[in-house]
Amino acid sequence: MPGLPVIDQSKCNCCGLCVNICTRGALKIEGNTVKAVPVEDPDWCTMCELVCPTGAITCPFEIIIDEDGN
Amino acid sequence: MLRYVSYFKGLSEADLAAVNNHVFEKKAARGEIIVFEGEPSDAIYYVNEGVVKAYKTSADGKEQILRIIRPGDTFNDVPFLGGVNLATAEAMSPVVLYGIKKKDLETMVHDYPQIAKNIIRVLSHRVEEMVNLIEDFSFRHVHGRVAKILLENAGNGGKPRLTQQEMAAMIGTAREMVGRSFKNLEAEGAIRLEHNRIIIANRAVLLKIAGLDE
Ligand code: SF4
Ligand code: SF4
Repeated sequence: MPGLPVIDQSKCNCCGLCVNICTRGALKIEGNTVKAVPVEDPDWCTMCELVCPTGAITCPFEIIIDEDGN
Repeated sequence: MLRYVSYFKGLSEADLAAVNNHVFEKKAARGEIIVFEGEPSDAIYYVNEGVVKAYKTSADGKEQILRIIRPGDTFNDVPFLGGVNLATAEAMSPVVLYGIKKKDLETMVHDYPQIAKNIIRVLSHRVEEMVNLIEDFSFRHVHGRVAKILLENAGNGGKPRLTQQEMAAMIGTAREMVGRSFKNLEAEGAIRLEHNRIIIANRAVLLKIAGLDE
Protein backbone atom coordinates (compact mmCIF):
# COMPACT_ATOMS: atom_id res chain seq x y z
CA MET A 1 0.00 0.00 0.00
CA PRO A 2 1.45 3.37 -0.93
CA GLY A 3 2.14 5.69 1.98
CA LEU A 4 0.16 8.70 3.10
CA PRO A 5 1.47 12.13 4.07
CA VAL A 6 2.40 12.44 7.72
CA ILE A 7 0.47 14.99 9.76
CA ASP A 8 1.81 16.42 13.00
CA GLN A 9 -1.42 17.37 14.76
CA SER A 10 0.43 19.53 17.28
CA LYS A 11 1.57 21.84 14.48
CA CYS A 12 -1.64 21.77 12.42
CA ASN A 13 -3.92 24.78 12.83
CA CYS A 14 -6.62 23.24 10.65
CA CYS A 15 -6.45 26.04 8.07
CA GLY A 16 -7.54 23.60 5.36
CA LEU A 17 -5.09 24.78 2.69
CA CYS A 18 -3.76 21.26 2.12
CA VAL A 19 -7.29 19.86 1.85
CA ASN A 20 -8.21 22.37 -0.84
CA ILE A 21 -5.02 21.84 -2.78
CA CYS A 22 -5.17 18.06 -3.01
CA THR A 23 -6.46 16.98 -6.41
CA ARG A 24 -6.97 13.40 -5.22
CA GLY A 25 -9.26 14.09 -2.29
CA ALA A 26 -6.80 12.32 0.00
CA LEU A 27 -7.03 14.88 2.79
CA LYS A 28 -10.12 15.47 4.89
CA ILE A 29 -11.11 17.62 7.82
CA GLU A 30 -12.96 15.61 10.44
CA GLY A 31 -14.11 17.64 13.41
CA ASN A 32 -11.08 19.82 13.91
CA THR A 33 -8.35 17.52 12.73
CA VAL A 34 -6.96 16.91 9.27
CA LYS A 35 -6.63 13.31 8.19
CA ALA A 36 -4.98 11.62 5.24
CA VAL A 37 -7.16 8.87 3.84
CA PRO A 38 -6.37 6.17 1.28
CA VAL A 39 -7.84 6.88 -2.16
CA GLU A 40 -8.08 4.78 -5.30
CA ASP A 41 -5.76 6.90 -7.36
CA PRO A 42 -3.19 8.33 -4.94
CA ASP A 43 -0.37 10.65 -5.91
CA TRP A 44 2.76 11.89 -4.15
CA CYS A 45 2.79 15.36 -5.68
CA THR A 46 3.86 16.84 -2.29
CA MET A 47 1.74 19.94 -2.92
CA CYS A 48 0.19 19.61 0.53
CA GLU A 49 3.66 19.89 2.08
CA LEU A 50 4.44 22.82 -0.19
CA VAL A 51 1.40 24.88 0.82
CA CYS A 52 1.23 24.08 4.53
CA PRO A 53 2.07 27.30 6.40
CA THR A 54 3.14 25.53 9.59
CA GLY A 55 5.09 22.53 8.34
CA ALA A 56 2.52 20.20 9.88
CA ILE A 57 2.06 17.97 6.85
CA THR A 58 5.03 16.26 5.26
CA CYS A 59 5.62 13.85 2.40
CA PRO A 60 8.78 11.91 3.19
CA PHE A 61 10.54 9.78 0.59
CA GLU A 62 12.13 6.43 1.18
CA ILE A 63 15.39 6.17 -0.72
CA ILE A 64 16.22 2.68 -1.86
CA ILE A 65 18.80 1.08 -4.06
CA ASP A 66 17.59 -0.98 -6.96
CA GLU A 67 19.12 -4.45 -6.53
CA ASP A 68 19.90 -4.53 -10.23
CA GLY A 69 21.32 -1.02 -10.24
CA ASN A 70 25.06 -1.26 -10.65
CA MET B 1 -9.75 42.73 6.27
CA LEU B 2 -7.68 45.60 4.82
CA ARG B 3 -5.86 46.10 8.11
CA TYR B 4 -4.17 42.73 7.52
CA VAL B 5 -2.75 43.73 4.15
CA SER B 6 0.87 44.73 4.62
CA TYR B 7 0.35 47.74 2.34
CA PHE B 8 -2.12 49.35 4.68
CA LYS B 9 -0.40 48.86 8.02
CA GLY B 10 -0.61 51.91 10.21
CA LEU B 11 -3.61 53.55 8.49
CA SER B 12 -6.46 54.85 10.62
CA GLU B 13 -9.93 53.30 10.51
CA ALA B 14 -11.20 56.25 8.45
CA ASP B 15 -8.36 55.95 5.94
CA LEU B 16 -8.91 52.21 5.66
CA ALA B 17 -12.57 52.82 4.92
CA ALA B 18 -11.62 55.25 2.14
CA VAL B 19 -9.14 52.77 0.69
CA ASN B 20 -11.76 50.04 0.86
CA ASN B 21 -13.84 51.80 -1.77
CA HIS B 22 -11.27 50.81 -4.38
CA VAL B 23 -11.14 47.14 -3.45
CA PHE B 24 -12.83 44.53 -5.61
CA GLU B 25 -13.36 40.86 -4.84
CA LYS B 26 -12.35 38.13 -7.24
CA LYS B 27 -12.97 34.42 -6.97
CA ALA B 28 -11.19 31.75 -8.97
CA ALA B 29 -11.38 27.99 -9.23
CA ARG B 30 -8.46 25.59 -8.99
CA GLY B 31 -6.28 25.85 -12.10
CA GLU B 32 -7.67 29.21 -13.15
CA ILE B 33 -5.05 31.72 -14.28
CA ILE B 34 -5.43 35.04 -12.52
CA VAL B 35 -2.68 37.00 -14.23
CA PHE B 36 -0.76 36.08 -17.36
CA GLU B 37 2.97 36.70 -17.66
CA GLY B 38 3.73 39.43 -20.20
CA GLU B 39 0.28 41.00 -20.20
CA PRO B 40 -0.22 44.60 -19.05
CA SER B 41 -0.27 44.63 -15.28
CA ASP B 42 -3.41 46.35 -14.04
CA ALA B 43 -4.02 45.16 -10.48
CA ILE B 44 -2.37 43.80 -7.34
CA TYR B 45 -4.03 41.04 -5.36
CA TYR B 46 -4.33 40.00 -1.75
CA VAL B 47 -5.09 36.34 -1.04
CA ASN B 48 -7.91 36.00 1.46
CA GLU B 49 -8.63 32.30 1.01
CA GLY B 50 -6.80 29.52 -0.80
CA VAL B 51 -3.36 29.32 -2.39
CA VAL B 52 -1.92 30.90 -5.52
CA LYS B 53 1.35 30.01 -7.25
CA ALA B 54 3.42 32.48 -9.24
CA TYR B 55 5.54 30.86 -11.91
CA LYS B 56 7.44 31.28 -15.12
CA THR B 57 7.29 28.87 -18.02
CA SER B 58 10.32 28.10 -20.17
CA ALA B 59 10.24 27.77 -23.96
CA ASP B 60 10.07 23.97 -23.63
CA GLY B 61 7.12 24.18 -21.27
CA LYS B 62 8.90 23.64 -17.93
CA GLU B 63 7.39 25.45 -15.01
CA GLN B 64 9.48 27.21 -12.39
CA ILE B 65 7.55 28.22 -9.30
CA LEU B 66 8.73 31.56 -7.97
CA ARG B 67 6.41 31.97 -5.01
CA ILE B 68 3.61 30.22 -3.17
CA ILE B 69 1.15 32.86 -2.00
CA ARG B 70 -0.92 31.91 1.02
CA PRO B 71 -3.73 33.80 2.77
CA GLY B 72 -2.47 37.13 4.07
CA ASP B 73 0.02 37.75 1.30
CA THR B 74 -0.07 39.84 -1.90
CA PHE B 75 1.07 39.17 -5.44
CA ASN B 76 1.61 40.89 -8.76
CA ASP B 77 2.93 43.89 -6.89
CA VAL B 78 6.39 44.17 -8.42
CA PRO B 79 5.25 45.97 -11.60
CA PHE B 80 3.81 48.48 -9.20
CA LEU B 81 3.56 51.40 -11.57
CA GLY B 82 2.19 49.43 -14.49
CA GLY B 83 4.37 47.61 -16.97
CA VAL B 84 3.74 43.93 -17.60
CA ASN B 85 3.10 40.99 -15.30
CA LEU B 86 6.43 39.37 -14.50
CA ALA B 87 5.01 35.93 -13.79
CA THR B 88 1.83 33.96 -14.28
CA ALA B 89 -0.36 33.52 -11.21
CA GLU B 90 -2.59 30.48 -10.98
CA ALA B 91 -5.06 29.38 -8.31
CA MET B 92 -3.92 26.08 -6.75
CA SER B 93 -7.22 25.66 -4.93
CA PRO B 94 -10.47 27.62 -4.94
CA VAL B 95 -9.42 31.15 -4.00
CA VAL B 96 -10.95 34.40 -2.81
CA LEU B 97 -8.87 37.43 -3.66
CA TYR B 98 -9.10 41.14 -3.07
CA GLY B 99 -7.72 43.29 -5.83
CA ILE B 100 -6.85 46.94 -6.26
CA LYS B 101 -6.31 48.54 -9.64
CA LYS B 102 -2.81 49.94 -10.04
CA LYS B 103 -4.11 53.33 -11.06
CA ASP B 104 -6.13 53.53 -7.81
CA LEU B 105 -3.07 52.47 -5.87
CA GLU B 106 -1.14 55.37 -7.34
CA THR B 107 -3.74 57.82 -6.09
CA MET B 108 -3.68 56.17 -2.68
CA VAL B 109 0.09 56.49 -2.40
CA HIS B 110 -0.31 60.17 -3.13
CA ASP B 111 -3.04 60.61 -0.51
CA TYR B 112 -1.51 58.38 2.18
CA PRO B 113 2.31 58.48 2.17
CA GLN B 114 2.35 55.72 4.81
CA ILE B 115 1.31 53.33 2.03
CA ALA B 116 4.44 54.23 0.03
CA LYS B 117 6.63 53.23 2.98
CA ASN B 118 4.79 49.96 3.35
CA ILE B 119 5.13 49.21 -0.35
CA ILE B 120 8.86 49.82 -0.24
CA ARG B 121 9.11 47.28 2.57
CA VAL B 122 7.13 44.68 0.60
CA LEU B 123 9.13 45.26 -2.57
CA SER B 124 12.51 45.03 -0.86
CA HIS B 125 11.42 41.74 0.66
CA ARG B 126 10.54 40.48 -2.84
CA VAL B 127 13.93 41.51 -4.19
CA GLU B 128 15.56 39.63 -1.33
CA GLU B 129 13.61 36.48 -2.19
CA MET B 130 14.56 36.75 -5.85
CA VAL B 131 18.24 37.30 -5.11
CA ASN B 132 18.24 34.15 -2.99
CA LEU B 133 16.63 32.21 -5.81
CA ILE B 134 19.18 33.52 -8.31
CA GLU B 135 21.97 32.49 -5.99
CA ASP B 136 20.57 28.97 -5.93
CA PHE B 137 20.29 28.85 -9.69
CA SER B 138 23.67 30.24 -10.51
CA PHE B 139 26.21 29.33 -7.88
CA ARG B 140 25.16 26.31 -6.00
CA HIS B 141 25.55 22.95 -7.54
CA VAL B 142 22.25 21.85 -6.12
CA HIS B 143 21.91 18.98 -8.54
CA GLY B 144 25.12 17.30 -7.39
CA ARG B 145 24.37 17.93 -3.72
CA VAL B 146 20.93 16.32 -4.03
CA ALA B 147 22.63 13.32 -5.66
CA LYS B 148 25.05 13.13 -2.72
CA ILE B 149 22.24 13.24 -0.17
CA LEU B 150 20.37 10.47 -1.95
CA LEU B 151 23.47 8.27 -1.93
CA GLU B 152 24.15 8.98 1.73
CA ASN B 153 20.61 8.21 2.78
CA ALA B 154 19.86 5.23 0.63
CA GLY B 155 19.21 2.02 2.43
CA ASN B 156 16.75 -0.76 2.17
CA GLY B 157 14.75 -0.03 5.26
CA GLY B 158 17.44 1.14 7.65
CA LYS B 159 17.54 4.85 6.82
CA PRO B 160 15.16 7.62 7.85
CA ARG B 161 12.72 8.86 5.24
CA LEU B 162 13.39 12.40 4.05
CA THR B 163 11.13 15.16 2.79
CA GLN B 164 12.08 17.59 0.03
CA GLN B 165 12.00 20.27 2.70
CA GLU B 166 14.52 18.40 4.82
CA MET B 167 16.83 17.79 1.88
CA ALA B 168 16.61 21.48 0.95
CA ALA B 169 17.57 22.42 4.50
CA MET B 170 20.52 20.00 4.42
CA ILE B 171 21.81 21.62 1.24
CA GLY B 172 20.85 25.18 2.14
CA THR B 173 18.62 25.70 -0.87
CA ALA B 174 14.97 26.31 -1.67
CA ARG B 175 12.62 23.34 -1.59
CA GLU B 176 11.66 23.94 -5.22
CA MET B 177 15.25 23.30 -6.27
CA VAL B 178 15.12 19.81 -4.77
CA GLY B 179 11.98 18.88 -6.71
CA ARG B 180 13.61 20.18 -9.85
CA SER B 181 16.75 18.11 -9.21
CA PHE B 182 14.65 14.96 -8.78
CA LYS B 183 13.21 15.51 -12.23
CA ASN B 184 16.64 16.09 -13.77
CA LEU B 185 18.13 13.05 -12.05
CA GLU B 186 15.22 10.97 -13.29
CA ALA B 187 15.67 12.26 -16.85
CA GLU B 188 19.32 11.23 -16.67
CA GLY B 189 18.35 7.74 -15.63
CA ALA B 190 20.03 7.93 -12.22
CA ILE B 191 16.85 7.56 -10.18
CA ARG B 192 13.23 6.52 -10.56
CA LEU B 193 10.39 8.15 -8.66
CA GLU B 194 7.71 5.69 -7.64
CA HIS B 195 5.13 7.34 -5.42
CA ASN B 196 6.91 7.93 -2.11
CA ARG B 197 10.03 6.00 -3.07
CA ILE B 198 13.14 7.25 -4.75
CA ILE B 199 14.83 4.31 -6.36
CA ILE B 200 18.48 4.61 -7.22
CA ALA B 201 18.39 2.99 -10.62
CA ASN B 202 21.95 3.68 -11.67
CA ARG B 203 24.37 4.20 -8.83
CA ALA B 204 27.32 4.86 -11.13
CA VAL B 205 25.57 7.77 -12.83
CA LEU B 206 24.44 9.18 -9.49
CA LEU B 207 27.99 8.95 -8.10
CA LYS B 208 29.26 10.81 -11.11
CA ILE B 209 26.69 13.57 -10.73
CA ALA B 210 27.55 13.80 -7.03
CA GLY B 211 31.20 14.17 -7.99
CA LEU B 212 32.07 11.08 -5.98
CA ASP B 213 33.32 8.86 -8.77
CA GLU B 214 36.98 8.13 -8.97
S1 SF4 C 1 0.89 14.42 -1.90
FE1 SF4 C 1 -0.53 15.40 -3.37
S2 SF4 C 1 -2.08 13.80 -3.73
FE2 SF4 C 1 -0.98 13.21 -1.86
S3 SF4 C 1 -2.18 14.08 -0.18
FE3 SF4 C 1 -0.59 15.59 -0.68
S4 SF4 C 1 -1.59 16.97 -2.15
FE4 SF4 C 1 -2.84 15.11 -2.06
S1 SF4 D 1 -2.14 23.09 5.53
FE1 SF4 D 1 -0.99 22.41 7.32
S2 SF4 D 1 -1.84 23.60 9.03
FE2 SF4 D 1 -3.30 23.78 7.31
S3 SF4 D 1 -4.76 22.11 7.65
FE3 SF4 D 1 -3.18 21.28 6.32
S4 SF4 D 1 -1.70 20.32 7.71
FE4 SF4 D 1 -2.98 21.66 8.95
